[in-house]
Amino acid sequence: MNKSELIETLAQEVDLPHREAAAITNTILETMIEALAKGDNIEIRGFGSFVIKQYRSYEGRNPKSGKKIEVAPKKLPFFKVGKELREQVNLHGKK
Amino acid sequence: MTLTKAELVQQVYKTHTTLSKTQATESVEAFLRISKNTLINGADLLLSGFGKFNVKDKNSRRGRNPQTGDELTLDARRVITFKPSGILRDKINNS
Repeated sequence: MNKSELIETLAQEVDLPHREAAAITNTILETMIEALAKGDNIEIRGFGSFVIKQYRSYEGRNPKSGKKIEVAPKKLPFFKVGKELREQVNLHGKK
Repeated sequence: MTLTKAELVQQVYKTHTTLSKTQATESVEAFLRISKNTLINGADLLLSGFGKFNVKDKNSRRGRNPQTGDELTLDARRVITFKPSGILRDKINNS
């Protein structure tokens, strides 16, 4: 499912115009992005959590040329799936 | 600081002034429910500008109990992985 399909489904489920559902979806995603950009974590019960991991700079290699390169320090978001969702996803996989 | 569902609802309510508090709550709940059901049904969730959630089937494998060292078989399972979009990565690193 992509974003526009999600918006379409949301519009039907909450009985709001498509344009309103699109705006709400953007608010939700932007709020999450802003939180992560500030360095905050996200914790949504039943769904999962996002934490920012900080990486120090390290020496890497260009996998194509084999040349050494300095990889700058960076932050990356990590998603940890919530227990309830993890169990439900796994349950359906066995069917 | 940690962003929770309550803050997401608050943000949606504040941003979309035509919505009642109940509608704002319902919208966030529906957004999460649709997202979860997509993954539970085994489909990937692609949210452009944010990232993608993939459902992956893992084969069973032999592992060890790290505490006792005993060998055991880890069952085949289905897991969710998250890959942040380039836009999200940039926003996290340029703030």
